[in-house]
Amino acid sequence: MKISFPRMGNSYIGFKHLCEGLGFEVVVPPSLTQKTITYGARYSPEFACMPFKVLTGTYVEVLEKGADVIISSGGIGPCRAGFYGVLHEKILKDIGYDFKFIVVDPPMANLKDFYNNVLFLKPRNLKWGSFLKKVRTAWKMLTALDGLDMLVAQRRAYELKKGDTQKAFETAVSYIDSAETYKEVVEAETEGRKLIERVPCDETRKPLRVGIVGEIYVVIEPFMNMDIERRLGEMGVITHRSIYVTTYVRHTIWDRKAEDYIKDAARPYLKQMVGGHGINSVGETVLYGKDNYDGVVQLAPFTCIPEIVARSILPKVSRDYDIPVLTLHIDEQTGETGVQTRLEAFLDLLREKQKVLGECS
Amino acid sequence: MRTYMGIDVGSVSTDVVLIDDDNNVIASAYIRTAGQPIKAVQEGLRLISREKPPEAKVYAVGSTGSARELAAAIVGADVVKNEITAHAVASSTLVPGVQTIIEIGGQDSKIIILRNGVVSDFAMNTVCAAGTGSFLDQQAARLGIPINEFGKIALKSKNSVRIAGRCSVFAESDMIHKQQMGHKMEDLLAGLCEALVRNYLNNVGKGKQILPPVAFQGGVAANEGMKKALEKALGMEVIIPKDYCLMGAIGAAMLARKQERENGQTNFRGFDVTDINYQVTSFECTKCPNLCEIICISIGENDICRWGGRCERWQISGEK
Repeated sequence: MKISFPRMGNSYIGFKHLCEGLGFEVVVPPSLTQKTITYGARYSPEFACMPFKVLTGTYVEVLEKGADVIISSGGIGPCRAGFYGVLHEKILKDIGYDFKFIVVDPPMANLKDFYNNVLFLKPRNLKWGSFLKKVRTAWKMLTALDGLDMLVAQRRAYELKKGDTQKAFETAVSYIDSAETYKEVVEAETEGRKLIERVPCDETRKPLRVGIVGEIYVVIEPFMNMDIERRLGEMGVITHRSIYVTTYVRHTIWDRKAEDYIKDAARPYLKQMVGGHGINSVGETVLYGKDNYDGVVQLAPFTCIPEIVARSILPKVSRDYDIPVLTLHIDEQTGETGVQTRLEAFLDLLREKQKVLGECS
Repeated sequence: MRTYMGIDVGSVSTDVVLIDDDNNVIASAYIRTAGQPIKAVQEGLRLISREKPPEAKVYAVGSTGSARELAAAIVGADVVKNEITAHAVASSTLVPGVQTIIEIGGQDSKIIILRNGVVSDFAMNTVCAAGTGSFLDQQAARLGIPINEFGKIALKSKNSVRIAGRCSVFAESDMIHKQQMGHKMEDLLAGLCEALVRNYLNNVGKGKQILPPVAFQGGVAANEGMKKALEKALGMEVIIPKDYCLMGAIGAAMLARKQERENGQTNFRGFDVTDINYQVTSFECTKCPNLCEIICISIGENDICRWGGRCERWQISGEK
């Protein structure tokens, strides 16, 4: 049995170690490329969103590499992503692939399904104690990877030589990838952090601070958003986002009250759950406004309804909190030049604003 | 005389200007890019060097537009700036107190909102032709009307025809329908202007607070029919700056001047670049499945710059 799963940032490292630790052979999903998009666009409905197409493309690539089990996440609520698992399975089986497709829904959606999925992953002869230990190590890996991600988003803006932080980050990620036990993961994380913190920096800079909001997949996967955090970081901007793989899992499975403050912040503008991360995009923008961030970038897959709803509310939030918002709609036609031009213009806007505010005070 | 050059290489036209310290346009050139940006830039420089007074010396160069990097590499620019900022800089200097800039070019359209002289919001439309000049161009050609007559004819209309403007393909079929029903040419053209304005305001201008003074610039501002349609839709006067189709280039020149005042030097290669034979080659990098298309600009054997890659493998800085 060869297991595979979608790619979302560096999280594949954690999932790979977990599956291998449980005795499965793993087909590591290849990094997303034009090839993925080409497959994805060929086999997906034209008006499906970009995350759907990229997942289709990834699945085709891993099936070509011999995977026969694909594990994916489901979802609840009005976003059509909840339905994607079923649709993907149908499309791929129509193409002619023979495989088992496991959609892991949050336990509160269907506890029995969740339990059965866990049972599928747990080898019968493995004791529950050791199983949980392995899950714990993988979880530590995922949080360590997210932690590094958060750290570089803070550090890039200070680096003396453009690209140094990214290099250190990639090395740090490889440390985590080569760790095996819980203890090794902890050590790798410490070493990785040191490496990133040691990159020569100019601490006297006063970088702009920009919040990133939007749909989870285009926010997390750098290929989807043209590496926006690195792009902005290397243009001298500190970025912050509240969506990470581990926070998402934690907030949907056991820490379900954790995002209430975001929903509370959104409430004056949007009370209704609109699916996906729509309400979060509104709430987070409010919070960035309250925290005096310089700006917000909203990332939305083209045709994503939750983000369209959020987008039509954001101009009001932007006015109320005097925080500029740039929306980027992303699909397979998105050109890099267009994104770069808008980001440059947006940063010019933020810098001018900062200067004017500086002169006033 | 100290002068500053601005180059705006857009998809349809390439504009080059020389301005002096008081924002006077000393010389200007307008060339169709025609898919050959390098040639267009060289031709622009040739025209400028012919038109400018002999005592005018170039102290700094700025480039903007979708081929700004390319232009910068060829000419040796001191400032490379996106077109939104360049337009905003030019308008806010030349149109006192401007709060809204409407720019409609050949293949893109923008709206820039300024408050207290600072850009506070912007939007840009690049993929849809329904809100841009190319569509007017194409329809004028279809109707056999020279594009510079378009506006004058549209102004004669007393009863414009309503044309579906959401998409240029639908607009065209709707126009053909209306034309076959026997509507007058001037009414059709005025209707087309209104459809374009409607589409622009609903698409690019969506959610933006349009306050006067409004500046209307870009190639399409030459069309009086468009000005009238905009004024009708907005219910306010629309100002067309004197050099409406050079605003991007003027903005780039102003930014270059600012830079020169700060550091007092320039990378300008001189007007001789018009005689250099630049070669452009491209290839597909096969080092990873991204298959990036790498573009090289070279003089003889030397690559002066390369771009197009997602990674740093092929990068050489555009400076020298």
